[in-house]
Amino acid sequence: MEERPYRSASGAPIALRRRQHSASCRELAVRCPRLQLRSLSAVTSAVWLAAYGLFVLSENSMVLSAAIFITLIGLIIYLHFVKIDQESLLVIGSLGIQVTSSYASGKESTTFIEMGQVKDVVINEAIHMQKVIYYLCILLQDPGDPQGVSEVVPLFQSSKPRLDCLIEVYKSCQEILEQRKTAPQSS
Amino acid sequence: MVLKVFFPSCCSSAESGILIGRWILEQNSAVILAVVHFPFIPVQVKQYLSEVQRVTKVSVSVLGSWSNSKQEKEESLSEFLEDLGTIFSHEPWIQISKEGDSKFWSCSTLQKHSNNPKEEEIILVYYDQRKVMLSHLHPPLDTATSTDRRADDASKLSAIFDTVAKSKILFMTDRYDDGPIKLTHWQSDGVEASIIVELMKQASVPACMLLTFLLSLISGICRSRVLKFWPLSFLWSKLSTCEQLGHRLQHLQVISSNKKAQTQTQLMRKANVFVSLLIDVALGILLMSWLYRKNRIGHLADTLIPVADHVAEELQDLLQWLMGAPAGLKMNRALDQVLGRFFLYHIHLWISYIHLMSPFIEMILWYVGLSACLGLTVALCILSDIIALLTFHIYCFYVYGARLYCLKIYGLSSLWRLFRGKKWNVLRQRVDSCSYDLDQLFIGTLLFTILLFLLPTTALYYLVFTLLRLLVVIVQGLIHLLVDLIDSLPLYSIILRLCRSYRLAAGVKFRVLEQQDGKPLRLLMQINPLSYGSVVQTYRLPTYSCYPKDSWSSLCKKLFLGELIYPWKHKGEKQD
Repeated sequence: MEERPYRSASGAPIALRRRQHSASCRELAVRCPRLQLRSLSAVTSAVWLAAYGLFVLSENSMVLSAAIFITLIGLIIYLHFVKIDQESLLVIGSLGIQVTSSYASGKESTTFIEMGQVKDVVINEAIHMQKVIYYLCILLQDPGDPQGVSEVVPLFQSSKPRLDCLIEVYKSCQEILEQRKTAPQSS
Repeated sequence: MVLKVFFPSCCSSAESGILIGRWILEQNSAVILAVVHFPFIPVQVKQYLSEVQRVTKVSVSVLGSWSNSKQEKEESLSEFLEDLGTIFSHEPWIQISKEGDSKFWSCSTLQKHSNNPKEEEIILVYYDQRKVMLSHLHPPLDTATSTDRRADDASKLSAIFDTVAKSKILFMTDRYDDGPIKLTHWQSDGVEASIIVELMKQASVPACMLLTFLLSLISGICRSRVLKFWPLSFLWSKLSTCEQLGHRLQHLQVISSNKKAQTQTQLMRKANVFVSLLIDVALGILLMSWLYRKNRIGHLADTLIPVADHVAEELQDLLQWLMGAPAGLKMNRALDQVLGRFFLYHIHLWISYIHLMSPFIEMILWYVGLSACLGLTVALCILSDIIALLTFHIYCFYVYGARLYCLKIYGLSSLWRLFRGKKWNVLRQRVDSCSYDLDQLFIGTLLFTILLFLLPTTALYYLVFTLLRLLVVIVQGLIHLLVDLIDSLPLYSIILRLCRSYRLAAGVKFRVLEQQDGKPLRLLMQINPLSYGSVVQTYRLPTYSCYPKDSWSSLCKKLFLGELIYPWKHKGEKQD
C-alpha cells in the first residue's frame, strides 16, 4: 500500500493511494482536497453579516434565527450531498469494476459495473472553458454491436487529477484488464 | 481463469459436510446454496437433488466439500473428502476448509480432466442469503426494454439472484425435519413465517369475493341505460369527479381480482394501488372529520353566497370600468354600451339564480361533503367542480367574447383580401386573385372600415375575459395536478425502499475483507439499493389525464385568432 501526493486540475493537493489485495484485485483511491476552514468561515460570516444588516433595517429578530437555521441546514446539505471526500476505484479481475464516492458526512455512493460490460478504460481529453483537461473513463460495451460503445462513464470527476496521476491509475487498471484477454476462454 | 465461489455467510459456522449449489459454467462461478451434513447416503442425496431440480428448474448439484474442524486438519478426513469427489463427480471439485475460529479459509480445487496444470486463483465472495433471496434486481431502463437477450448474455448478477430466489423450496427443510438429509442454510434454524401475514392471506379470499360482487353491482348500475341519456351523459363527461370515481373503481377492480400476481411488477402495482387507496380514504376521512367538527361546513356554506356576490360585484365594477374609458383608451360608445349592458344583465341573472339557490346550499354542501369519505382526491375533484360551477358566468362571457372576436377577425381578414383584390378559394385551399364589381368593392370597403374601427372595443372585452378564464383554468389545473400526484405516487414502493431497502436492488457492491497471503481473496457482496428517483419512476401508477396538448406557440396562435381553447384534455375524450 502506498500513498503519493499529486495535484488536481485546479492546483489543489490530492493524494493517490494504491492497494493490491491479490493478483487480480486492486484498489485505487484518490483523496480530494479537504474543506478549508477559511472558506467555511468566510461564507458563514458573509451570511451572518447580511442577516445582521437586514435585522438593522427591519427590526425583526426572526431574521437572525432564520440566518442561523439557513447556515446550519446549508452546511449539512453541502456535507451530505456536495462535498466528496474520496473517490475510489476497485478493479476485481473477472468480476467487475466498482466506483465509490464517499462524501464528507460519511455517505457512500457506489456503482458496480460487471466485467462483461466493460470494453476498456481510457484517458480522454475534454475542453472545459479555456482549458484542456484529461479524465479517465470506462467505455461500456454495446450489446448489439461488438465494436460499438454504448456509454462512457467518467471517473474521478470531483477530484480531477492531472495527467501524471491518471497515467498511474490507467497502468494499474490495464494490468488487470489484460488478464482477461490472456485467460483461456471457458467453453 | 479465476474461479468465483459465492458462499452464504450463514453457513460459516456449519458442521463439516458437502456443498450443494449451482455451477455456472460460462462465468466459472459456483453459487453455494446449502451444506449437507454427515451422515448421508449418496444415493439419497442425488435423489433429493434431482427432486429439487425438477421443482425449481435450477440445476442444483453437489459442488464440493466443506470441513470445519476445531483442531488441526486431520489427514484421514481430508482423504475422505477427496474420495467423496469421486462419488459425486463434478468438475471442478471445490474443497473449502476452516480451522478453529480462523477467518481465513483455505480453498482448493481438484481438476481431474483439465489440461491446465496451473493453480487457478480463487475468489471467495460472501453473500447474505436471505437478503439476496428476497431482493429483486432492477436492470437499467435501457436494457430492460430489449427482450431478445439470450440466457448467457444475461448479466452475471441476475443469474446469481435468480438461482437463490428460485431455490425457495430448498430452504423449506429445517433441522427439525426427520428426513434423511440434514441441511444448513439461512432458514435451517426454523422456517420463518408471520401470523399476521398468514391470517391476512386467509381473510383476503372472502374479502376479494365480496368486493368483486359489490363492484359488479356498481358497474352494472353505472352502465345502465338510464344514465346514458343525453343531458346526463354530457354532465358526467364534464365533471371531473366522475372521472376520478371511475379511475378509483378501476383500481378497486385491480385489487379485488382473484388471480395471484405473476410477476414482481404486478405484485408491486397491486400493493401500490392498495396503499394509495388506503391513504387516500384515510386522508379523506380526516378531512371530513375536520370539516364536520364545529360545524365548519355550515360556516363554509354561509360564506359561499357572499363570496359569489363579491365576485359578481367585482365583475360589475370591471364592466363599468370597460364601459367608461379603460386605461385611457377611447372606446366606441355605442358598441361599448351594448356589450356592457348585455354582460351586466347576464350577471344580474346569475346573481338572482344564486340567491334563489341560497336556502338549499347548506344542505347540498352538507351531503356533498359526506362524499369526502371516498377519498381526498374525490374531495379535491369536487372542489374543482364547485369552482367550475361558480365561475360558469366567466366561462360564458369568455365564449361570447371569443366568438364575437373570432367573427370579427375572420370578417376582417376576408375583407382585407377583397380590399387587395384577392379571394380565398375553398376548393383549392389557397388565395386566388378575383375581379370584383364596383359595388362589391364599395360595400366591402365600407364594411371593412366599420369592422376595423370597432376592433379595439371587441378586442379589449375579449382580452379581459380571456385573462379571467385563464386564471380560473390555472386554479383548476393546480388542483388537478395535486390529484394526479396523489393518484400516481407509489407509496408502498417508497416505504419499502425506506424500511427494507434490500428488496429493491439496483445492483451490488463489494467490500474487500481482511486478506492473508496464500489464502483466496475474500470479498463481501452487499446489495446496492435503488435510488428514490428510480423507485418513483419505475413504479409510477398510470393516471387518466394528460398534460396540455397544445404547445405554447399553437396556444398563442389560437388566442390571437379567437378560437376557443380547452387546455386540459383527458385521455379517451374525442378530439373536436
